[in-house]
Amino acid sequence: MAHPQPDKRNVVIQLENVRRTYQMGSVQVHALAGVTVTFEAGDFWAIMGASGSGKSTMLNLLGCLDRPTSGLYLFEGQDVSLKDDDGLSEIRLQRIGFIFQSFNLIPQLTVRENIELPLYYQGQPTEDSARRAEELAERVGLADRLHHRPAELSGGQQQRVAIARALANDPGILLADEPTGNLDSQTSGQIMAFLQELNQQGLTVIMVTHEADIAAHATSRLHMRDGLIDNVERVAHA
Amino acid sequence: MRNIRIIRDVELGLKNLLLHKLRSLLTTLGVVFGVASVIAMLAVGEGASQEALEQIRRLGSNVIILNSEKPTEEATAAQRDTFMSVYGLLYDDEARIRETFEAVRRTVPARIMRQEARVGARRMDLRVVGTTPDWFSLVDRPVLAGRVLKERDMGAAAPVGVLSEAAARRLLGAEHAVGQQVRVGAHVFEVIGILQSEGGVGSDQRLDTDADIYIPIHVFRERWGEIIVQRRTGARSVELVELHQIIVEVNDIEDVEPTATAIRAMLERFHPSEDYAIDVPLALLRQAEATKRTFNIVLGSIAGISLLVGGIGIMNIMLASVTERTREIGIRRAIGARRRQIVSQFLVETVVLSSLGGLIGIAIGMGIPRLITAFAGMPTVVTTFSLILAAGISMSIGIIFGLYPAVRAANLDPIVALRRE
Repeated sequence: MAHPQPDKRNVVIQLENVRRTYQMGSVQVHALAGVTVTFEAGDFWAIMGASGSGKSTMLNLLGCLDRPTSGLYLFEGQDVSLKDDDGLSEIRLQRIGFIFQSFNLIPQLTVRENIELPLYYQGQPTEDSARRAEELAERVGLADRLHHRPAELSGGQQQRVAIARALANDPGILLADEPTGNLDSQTSGQIMAFLQELNQQGLTVIMVTHEADIAAHATSRLHMRDGLIDNVERVAHA
Repeated sequence: MRNIRIIRDVELGLKNLLLHKLRSLLTTLGVVFGVASVIAMLAVGEGASQEALEQIRRLGSNVIILNSEKPTEEATAAQRDTFMSVYGLLYDDEARIRETFEAVRRTVPARIMRQEARVGARRMDLRVVGTTPDWFSLVDRPVLAGRVLKERDMGAAAPVGVLSEAAARRLLGAEHAVGQQVRVGAHVFEVIGILQSEGGVGSDQRLDTDADIYIPIHVFRERWGEIIVQRRTGARSVELVELHQIIVEVNDIEDVEPTATAIRAMLERFHPSEDYAIDVPLALLRQAEATKRTFNIVLGSIAGISLLVGGIGIMNIMLASVTERTREIGIRRAIGARRRQIVSQFLVETVVLSSLGGLIGIAIGMGIPRLITAFAGMPTVVTTFSLILAAGISMSIGIIFGLYPAVRAANLDPIVALRRE
C-alpha cells in the first residue's frame, strides 16, 4: 500500500453536514449548523471552543446521546440517525466510554460495582465482570480501593474509577467531557498523562475542553465557533 | 441472565430502600394496614362460615328444631296459685306438623328431664330423653355397642335405654355395659346400646350431650307422667310440658325455610304466649354469611382505602426518588442502559418496597384474628389462600403504583439528566 487511500476501516466517526437545531420557545437555535469532520482510529482529539460554540452538542451527538436534526452521522459505519432509543443505547453500551467533568460515579455503589456497571447491562456473567473490574482497577492504580464508595476517594481517584468504568466495555472511542475541570493542576496532569498513555496503546480519545494547556495533550485540535468548525489543527501520527 | 438481572435489581432495590429506612417504613404503612385488614377480614368471614358449617354438620341441614321455652311473662294468676308452669309444645303440635305439611318427611318428639342415675354406688346426673326410633336417624351417631331403640321397643313394656358413651363409662366402668341395669330416679332400665356422643354439655347448638339416656317416649310418660317435678338446690319447680323438643325433618333443603315459616304461623294460632323457639340450622349459615358480608364491607373498605392511600404514598415517594436520582438515571443511560432496564430497576424497587409492607402486614394480619377471637369471642380462621392473596395484592400495588414513576424515570432525556446537579 504505497499510496494509501482513505481506509474506511480506520474511520471511526464520520460527520457530513450535520445540523442540530433546538426549538427554544419561538426561536430556533442552531447548536450545530452544518459540521463535516472525520475522526480516525487511534486519534486523540481536543474539541475546543467558548461556551455556546456547540462543543457540548457535538459531544452529545458523538456519544450517541442525541441524533442529528439533519445530515449524516456514521459511527463505525452505522447510520446513527436511523437508530431508535434502544439502538443508541446499544451503541453506547458496546462501543462508547464516557468520562465527565464531575466523574458521575453512582454514590451508593462501590468502586467495583461502578466499574462493573456496563458489563452488568451487557449481561456478562458475574464472575467475568468481577475479574474484569479487578483488572481495570489495577490498571488505573486503585486495586486496593475496590470496596470503597466514591465519596471516600479523592477527585483524581474518582476520575480514575470513571476511566476504568469507561474502559470496561472495551470501547471504540473514549469521550471525555472536560475531564480535568474539577481537578487541581497536579492531578489534572496525571489524568491527562494517563489518557495519553491509553491513546498511545491505541485507544481513540475525543475530549471537550476550553483550556488550551489541557488541549495541548491531544494530538489534534478542533476549534468551534457558533456551531461551525472554525479551525482544525491536525498533527500527523507519530 | 434475565434471572441474574432480576436478583441484582432486587439487591439494588433493597440497598436503596435501606438507605432511607424510616422513609421506606413510613411509606409502606398504608400497604401494611391494607394487607392486615384483608387477612383479618377473610379470617373472620371464614371463621363464621366454618362455625356455621360445623353446626349444620352436627344438627343436619334439612331439619327444623322446635324447643319448648318458658315464656318470659309467664306468671298468670292461675299458675301462681298452683305453683305449676304450663307451657310448651303439645303432642297435637307434632301431629299437626306431621300431617299438615307435605314437605315434612318425619317428626321426632322428645320429652327431656334430668334425673339422677345410679349403678351400685356410682351415681351421676343424666339427661333422660324420651323419644322414638327416628331420633337416631336424625341425630346420627356411631353405635359403639348393642343397638339403638327400634319400633318393637315402642309398644313393649320392657324398660330399655340407650346410654351415651361417657355416661356408660362413668356408671358401668369397664364392665360389659350392654345388658346391665341402670336405676334412673325410681325406675330401672336395661342398657341395650352405647352411643358415641359429639361431646360437650348441652346447649342450643347440639342435640345430644355426653350424659344422655334415651328411652321410649311411652315409657317416659308411664313412669313419670306429664307433670315434671324438678328439685334443684332446694328450690322445687313443677312443670307441665307435653313435649320439650320436636325435630322436624323436611324432604329437601329448599323446603327448610318455607316450612319453618309455615310452622311458626301455625303454632302462633295455638300458642297465645310464645312458649317455644324455632331453630333452623340452615339459618345459622345464612346468619354467618350475613356476618361475613358485613365484615367484608367494613374491612374491605378499610383495606381498599388503606391500599389506595398506601399505593399513592408509594408512588409519591418513588416520584421523589426518581427526581433525587435523576443524575444516577442519566449516568446509567449514558453507559448504555435501555429504557426497559431503567423501568425494571425502579419497578423492582417499588415492588420490593410494597412486598416488604405486605410481609409486615401479613404478620400483623395473622395476629389480629387472634385478638378478635380473644376479645370478641368470634371464631376466626386464617387460610393459606388469604395469605397468598395478601402477598399478591401487595406486589400488585407495587406494580400498579410503581409503573408511572418507573416510566417517568426511563423517559428522562439522558443529556438533561446528566446535567442535573
